[in-house]
Amino acid sequence: MWAVVDRPLVAEGLTKHFGEFVAVDGISFSVEPGQTFGVLGPNGAGKSSTMKMVSTVSPRTGGCLQVFGLDPETDGRQIRSRLGVVPQEDILDVDLTARENLMIYQRYFGVPWKQTRAKADQLLDFMQLGDRGDSKVEPLSGGMKRRLTIARALVNDPEMLLLDEPTTGLDPQARHLLWERLYRLKEQGVTLLLTTHYMDEAEQLADRLVIMDNGVIVAEGSPSELISKHTTREVVELRFDDDEHNAAGLAQVASEAGLRIDELPDRHLVYANDGDALITHLRASGVHPLGTYVRRSSLEDVFLTLTGRSLVE
Amino acid sequence: MKALGAGPLPVFERNAVAFRNQWWVLLSGVAEPILYLLGMGLGLGGLVGDVKLEAHLVSYPVFVAAGLMASSAMNGAIFESTFNFFFKMKETHTIDAMLYTPLRMRDVLLGEVGWSVARGGVYSAMFLVIALAFGTIESWWAALSLPSAILIAIVFSSMGTFFTTYVRTWADFDLMQLAILPMFMCSTTFFPLSVYPGWAHPIVQATPLYNGVALIRDLHTGLVGWHDVGHVLYLVLMGVLFAWLTIRRMSNLFFA
Ligand SMILES: Nc1ncnc2c1ncn2[C@@H]1O[C@H](COP(=O)(O)OP(=O)(O)OP(=O)(O)O)[C@@H](O)[C@H]1O
Ligand SMILES: [Mg+2]
Repeated sequence: MWAVVDRPLVAEGLTKHFGEFVAVDGISFSVEPGQTFGVLGPNGAGKSSTMKMVSTVSPRTGGCLQVFGLDPETDGRQIRSRLGVVPQEDILDVDLTARENLMIYQRYFGVPWKQTRAKADQLLDFMQLGDRGDSKVEPLSGGMKRRLTIARALVNDPEMLLLDEPTTGLDPQARHLLWERLYRLKEQGVTLLLTTHYMDEAEQLADRLVIMDNGVIVAEGSPSELISKHTTREVVELRFDDDEHNAAGLAQVASEAGLRIDELPDRHLVYANDGDALITHLRASGVHPLGTYVRRSSLEDVFLTLTGRSLVE
Repeated sequence: MKALGAGPLPVFERNAVAFRNQWWVLLSGVAEPILYLLGMGLGLGGLVGDVKLEAHLVSYPVFVAAGLMASSAMNGAIFESTFNFFFKMKETHTIDAMLYTPLRMRDVLLGEVGWSVARGGVYSAMFLVIALAFGTIESWWAALSLPSAILIAIVFSSMGTFFTTYVRTWADFDLMQLAILPMFMCSTTFFPLSVYPGWAHPIVQATPLYNGVALIRDLHTGLVGWHDVGHVLYLVLMGVLFAWLTIRRMSNLFFA
């Protein structure tokens, strides 16, 4: 016998239909304890649908799903008691103050009244809302509401925290504060499952991630694995005047070297491991761009490569 | 193993905490039936004289006060279970947030219905005190009119909640007003059943408010009989039926 690590989350062939529409189409992934697991994907990819199935508020249509080794369909309460959920929308209680939000939410988890105040204050401090405890929800800024929603998701000291686009709509300061707090939770051993549209966020936070598109997983790995697997080390951005000659020359050079080109309205992207060498080679071949820019490949390049550049809707 | 939530109680508490800033709405809940009692009961009562209930004569203020106590229970319960519940369900999604915790749908609904029953109960308790002050209570049976009012509140809470699950926009509540207002006027609140033509009797008698009014009137006057068991049974059945329908419907709505 060998010891089986208790994975907080295992999905196999997980499917979600809304009527005829297939929102999640048989995805399989698993999350290790203490890991930060990212889910990337364009609008409508099925990220929130997946999160809702994991948080037990939406029944799966098919496949297997285990959270803490339990089945959401039959053990929803047990799962929810160990889970923290930050939904895509802040659904805070607008009739209550920030502190009351945190106190009442503890009551939903069965915490006795007299213990709720101290925990609420501790969480307000942790999320840098210490001076806003008596404020109603409405006057809080977007970033504060988001932080309060995260504080609320922590009232039960969850073993796993689900964050559906935790930083969408926040300014850079608020995002960095959140990232820092999420790091601290990770250090405390909390497993994080987060969706995001921000590649830098995924690169910063996620140990492992999946990219979803149209309800399926199109790539999986650590951010660096994904970059090395799906794109080159560097990307060269080239601008030309309208001269056909240059574009044709570029196509010629790239096809000889086996490099992939992305033609955008205003520039060409060439995926190469050594950008400077490519530019030298281009010049030698009589291709003269107006401007060149060499940068490291990012997760964004992987994302756009895999999910396409056009809007889905 | 962590404790798994505390059942419906925290949902009730949540509403109580939120209510601390709105307690003054209770004033309108008690002012309205007092105005009716003064205007209709005492004002119109002078013209109408006594009302014949089966073989007995009942003074008009006594007649109206019983109807108003039942309607208070209805109004309090309906207000919470429709407007306020809709707000929490569709506008602020407070209900969705509850479902991410160990609370189950039935805990949430029991807490919500319990809260609106409490409001209906408080309205009718306040009115009972007023009725005592006006001397419209004629029997010790009236002690049972408060639990009866709570039963009425349970029926209207569960009906109101059920209706609200079908409401799409605030305008849909006008439909409800269309049902509530005639029921308020015609469930023998202000006129005895005998003023209606024979064919209308079964219609009036089928409404939940009629059964509530008739029950409370019998308790206030002491004219209690076996038919009151019928009223109680009717109200219990309606309460259970709509509570069950609501839980079923909400589970389908939320766990999609
Ligand atoms: N309750 C529902 N009924 C019908 N269709 C739904 C429902 N919820 C989601 N969908 C559809 O399922 C698809 C996936 O939606 P989902 O919310 O999971 O996407 P997402 O990846 O979270 O997108 P976004 O980045 O915009 O939040 C979408 O096409 C959406 O319209
Ligand atoms: Mg989403």
